[in-house]
Amino acid sequence: MKNSMLNHPAPPEQKAVPSHPRPKHRLTSEIWKHRKEYLAISPFFIVFAIFGLFPIAFSMFLSFQKWDGIGEMTFNGLNNYQFMLTDPEFWKAVGNTLLIWVYSTIPMLFFALIIAFLLNAAFVRFRTFFRIGYFLPNVTSLVAVAIVFGTLFSNNYGLLNYVLSLFGIPSVEWLNKTWGIQLAVSVMVIWRWVGYNAIIYLAGLQSIPSVLYEAAKIDGASGIQAFFKITIPNLRPIILFTVITSTIGGMQVFTEPQVLVGNDGGVSGGGLTIVLYLYREAFVHNYFGYGAAVGWGMFVLIALFSILNWRMVQGKPSND
Amino acid sequence: MIGVNLMLKWKSILLHLGLIAGLIMSIFPFYWLLVMATRTTSEIYSFPPKLWFGPHLFDNIARVLSSIDFFGAFWNTLFVASACTLLVLFFDSLAGFTFAKFNFPGKKWLFVLLLATMMVPAQLSLVPSFVIMAEFGWVGTYKALIIPGMVNAFGIFWIRQYAQESVPSELLDAGKIDGCGFFRLYWNISLPILRPALSFLAAFTFIGVWNDYLWPLIILNDENKFTLQVALSSLNGIYTTDYSMVIAGTLLAVIPLIVMFLFISKQFISDIAAGAIKS
Repeated sequence: MKNSMLNHPAPPEQKAVPSHPRPKHRLTSEIWKHRKEYLAISPFFIVFAIFGLFPIAFSMFLSFQKWDGIGEMTFNGLNNYQFMLTDPEFWKAVGNTLLIWVYSTIPMLFFALIIAFLLNAAFVRFRTFFRIGYFLPNVTSLVAVAIVFGTLFSNNYGLLNYVLSLFGIPSVEWLNKTWGIQLAVSVMVIWRWVGYNAIIYLAGLQSIPSVLYEAAKIDGASGIQAFFKITIPNLRPIILFTVITSTIGGMQVFTEPQVLVGNDGGVSGGGLTIVLYLYREAFVHNYFGYGAAVGWGMFVLIALFSILNWRMVQGKPSND
Repeated sequence: MIGVNLMLKWKSILLHLGLIAGLIMSIFPFYWLLVMATRTTSEIYSFPPKLWFGPHLFDNIARVLSSIDFFGAFWNTLFVASACTLLVLFFDSLAGFTFAKFNFPGKKWLFVLLLATMMVPAQLSLVPSFVIMAEFGWVGTYKALIIPGMVNAFGIFWIRQYAQESVPSELLDAGKIDGCGFFRLYWNISLPILRPALSFLAAFTFIGVWNDYLWPLIILNDENKFTLQVALSSLNGIYTTDYSMVIAGTLLAVIPLIVMFLFISKQFISDIAAGAIKS
């Protein structure tokens, strides 16, 4: 059945159907027979074609144009890409994004793993209560989070500066300093995502069969040995999942710095991430062609980092 | 024996202390938001800061309501999020059910294609998507927020997994014998079984749309149409001197979703974890 289908030179799909009410072709008749199924799954593919696929192709075209969104479009070849690669602001945005990603992802996944271990201990009480409490930041809107953390990191009278003053440390103008802004943004990311990742790690820990640990115990393995030989290898696919989601998320940080320090990423520009840069160039300065090119720059970056992550986390087990 | 018990007890106490410390970090910003919303602007910026509630909650809220159309923004958000959620529920469950329970030529490839689309980051096509919306004349309308989000790959994947496990093929066969058409097999027989998967998808979609910021910020240009997040951000940008009012607005914007979440949290959190493990 399957083979006979493959032997046919792929006929045009649904288009051919209406003109052949009684098709002779086997595949077309199969397709006609299943028209309701195709209809049922079609909305996704139609919506994706219009609002997903077409914009991607169109953004390729746009990235070679000079256009302010209203007037005439003029072809300007690779100029947008050339400008992007030589614009120090673009590279600054790339650097900022990577720094914020490192500052946030490493502590976030580390704390998430610890919380998951604590929650997984046999004698924890109120586990559900803790899980809800840890997850709550994740459903809170980023705009609200940025406003609240803005008061914690406020330049003069923020809560953080008050805490510093208790230790005799002078106030820090957090939001005027590059590292201060990046720290504030990273703290927001960590705060919002630790619980989410902890819940996922916890589910991963609970899915490891306890028989494995019992067998290890009988064989005389210590707790630490069991951790490195059983827990980590079994958790690896889940760690990979969280690293990849945090990479994709980390490359797209926008709301936190935009609400916290504005469209330019603050006085020092420390909060200028790639998406914020794209937003500013395209929708504040109306460089639409250039914005499309920056979109592609970002895409390449995300792809590179996803592959790198994949290699880093996946590369190791081949040695085992 | 007593020694072992004592050690276990200490271990348990330490462990709970660690968990409570983490929980305080997690909850503190909410507490801080509440405290600030009950204070005046000068109290928010006082040194040492006020760590306990003050009496100004209601006049702060009153100023929010007189500076922006808060309830307008609330209804706008509710409308967009509900419309999106209902459409997602229908289209995703229909497609997920079909992928799970029927065979048709090209099904495997279509499903792989569907999964592959999840890898494409939306920001890549921010500019061209906006241009398309402008061509359609949808800039400034909710169509631009609802239509592109009315069906998604994640939900189809999620429903398919659930339908494969829980909708028995025998039941569908029996339905066919009784003369049910395709749509009735979906609507009358399968949909009730899919309810647990649907309720997670509903909450997940609703929360996502409710909190969405970048796309509505680009699309909406008329204050009367602002969603809560855009309204909140513009409040924050304009009233820099009346900070207690901005904070009270933030509180109002955060409360509805948190209350909703608390009702569904237990199931929602297990489903989030299950979804991640499956993918």
